[in-house]
Amino acid sequence: MTAYLIRRSATAVVVLFGVSIFIFFMLHVIYPTPAIDVLGAHANKFSIAQWNQQHGFDEPWIEQYLRYLNQLLHGNLGYSYKLNQSVAALFQERWLRSAYLSGITLLLSVLIAIPLGIYQAVRRNTAGDAVVTTGAFVTYAMPDFFLYLIAIQVFAITIPIFSYEGPQTTSMWSIIFDWRAMTLPIVCLTLLELAGYSRYMRSAAIDTLAQDYIKAARAKGLPERLVLWRHLVRNAFLPMITLIGLSIPALLAGNLVCEAVFNFPGLGLLFYDALGTADYPILLAYTLVGAVLVVVGNFVADISLTVADPRIRLV
Amino acid sequence: MTNIAPELPPPGLEHVPEGGAVGPVQSGWRLAIREFAQNRLAVLGLGALIFFVIFCYLGPYFYHGGLTSDLTATNVPPSIGHPLGTDNQGFDVLEELMVGGRNALEIGFLSALIGMVIGAVWGAVAGLAGGLLDGFLMRIVDVLLSIPFLFVVLIVAVRFGATVLGLSVIIGIFTWQVPARLVRGEVLTLRVRDFVAAARAAGASRSRLINRHLLPNALGVIIVTATFAVADAILAVATLGFLGYGLHYPTFDWGDMLNNGVTYLQDGYWWQIYPVGICIIVVVMACNLIGDALRDALDVRLRRR
Repeated sequence: MTAYLIRRSATAVVVLFGVSIFIFFMLHVIYPTPAIDVLGAHANKFSIAQWNQQHGFDEPWIEQYLRYLNQLLHGNLGYSYKLNQSVAALFQERWLRSAYLSGITLLLSVLIAIPLGIYQAVRRNTAGDAVVTTGAFVTYAMPDFFLYLIAIQVFAITIPIFSYEGPQTTSMWSIIFDWRAMTLPIVCLTLLELAGYSRYMRSAAIDTLAQDYIKAARAKGLPERLVLWRHLVRNAFLPMITLIGLSIPALLAGNLVCEAVFNFPGLGLLFYDALGTADYPILLAYTLVGAVLVVVGNFVADISLTVADPRIRLV
Repeated sequence: MTNIAPELPPPGLEHVPEGGAVGPVQSGWRLAIREFAQNRLAVLGLGALIFFVIFCYLGPYFYHGGLTSDLTATNVPPSIGHPLGTDNQGFDVLEELMVGGRNALEIGFLSALIGMVIGAVWGAVAGLAGGLLDGFLMRIVDVLLSIPFLFVVLIVAVRFGATVLGLSVIIGIFTWQVPARLVRGEVLTLRVRDFVAAARAAGASRSRLINRHLLPNALGVIIVTATFAVADAILAVATLGFLGYGLHYPTFDWGDMLNNGVTYLQDGYWWQIYPVGICIIVVVMACNLIGDALRDALDVRLRRR
């Protein structure tokens, strides 16, 4: 177990290094120096060269990379010259809102997917199962923005119950309680995630139902409710742990489009706005944060799976 | 391990194996095709895909709704002359769908092709090499798999602009990691099999080993992944276009059409949003159905994404 932990952490660190090299490489190719943004579009090339020299942007790339890495390790994600603010400060201001949106949809979709998947597995090949499977399949193939558009069209324009955009305040409390503005983004994101999760939960539950210990539990006369709760749920949930860890990037990317469509003031909208102004420090820092989250998410998923499933610890 | 000889049928009695009589021995591929053909949903998916290929490539030869800007006929609702109406530039939506679909399909197939070729070679080399090189190659895969690829595609599109070829390449660059992993896994199990040992003993070179023995056997995994990759690429391009950083006029693109249509969401110009959205869903669903059926037919155990 300890050896596994050490090996797994070492891989994660190596991958994180690789990620930093990749992002630095992109930065180097796409945005080698912020000189133009600092000096203005009409700066002549001598002043740009001078500025680059003064700020170390003409050094060999390896030195620039080490400096970049050093800055990253000190929590400096770069500086947006277009917004005149450090990227870290911009992220700090907004991350909680995005985390709230992602967190609540993750929670909702997992809480719905588990009973739904089990219902489908137990009643498989019935009409109810077919309806849910078809719905999940269509939602899975749907571009997320199309779902948002339909939702806005139907529930905000034709029948104006909800707001067509997210909350436009910065206060966390008013965001949480603004149900008119939050319902559509949360419901849409939940549906999209549910489409993937319920499919997995269904197949995991079907696999588990075929196991001998389920037959044994039934044979010894355990009530069906207990068979399902004690034996099925706990075993069928194991693959979900990995899936939840793996879904963090999808969650982030999903948030990008969702926040852009609903104008929800989170990290995704910051990224979207930065696309419009070609604000590369923000764009690349967001990509970096996303990649780091993926690595961390996979790591946490692997570790939790080891904790949850004793069979893995033997390896 | 000792082999237990199968019990011979008593002489004079016709031997009927368990599960009924078997026909002549069939190759794995033929069996797979038969199993695929029995899956009704998969045949439906394949039909939908073939329909879209015909619709997009041959459609414009038979149907001319007008793809020139006509500012006297903007946002026309569906009518005889324009079965799906026109958009805000006066372009005929139906013909736009046909021509835009070409780009979606081309990017989908090209990026999947790029991804599969790189992935197959990468995975085969890593699996055969083993040791340090294997570790190094697979860590690169891990790194690229961690990068949220939609962000990178968006950044590259903002910096360098979007073209059909450019998008195919950049999406392909983020497609090969999963097939590389799967092919490597396949190679790891195949390399200890007898026929590979025999080929090696016969003096087969490494490239011959990969090309003639390992890749054909790993082809099932590659084909299944490719089908899903096409779907993912089409979705990614649509997202890109919807956000406004995809292909633009004079190139037509489904995502771009949606991006234009959204402006008129409140005016109720449904024909600018729903037909194109449904096209995307149907194509992506068709690819997913085909992929699912192929996975079952080729008995490939793999997880999506």
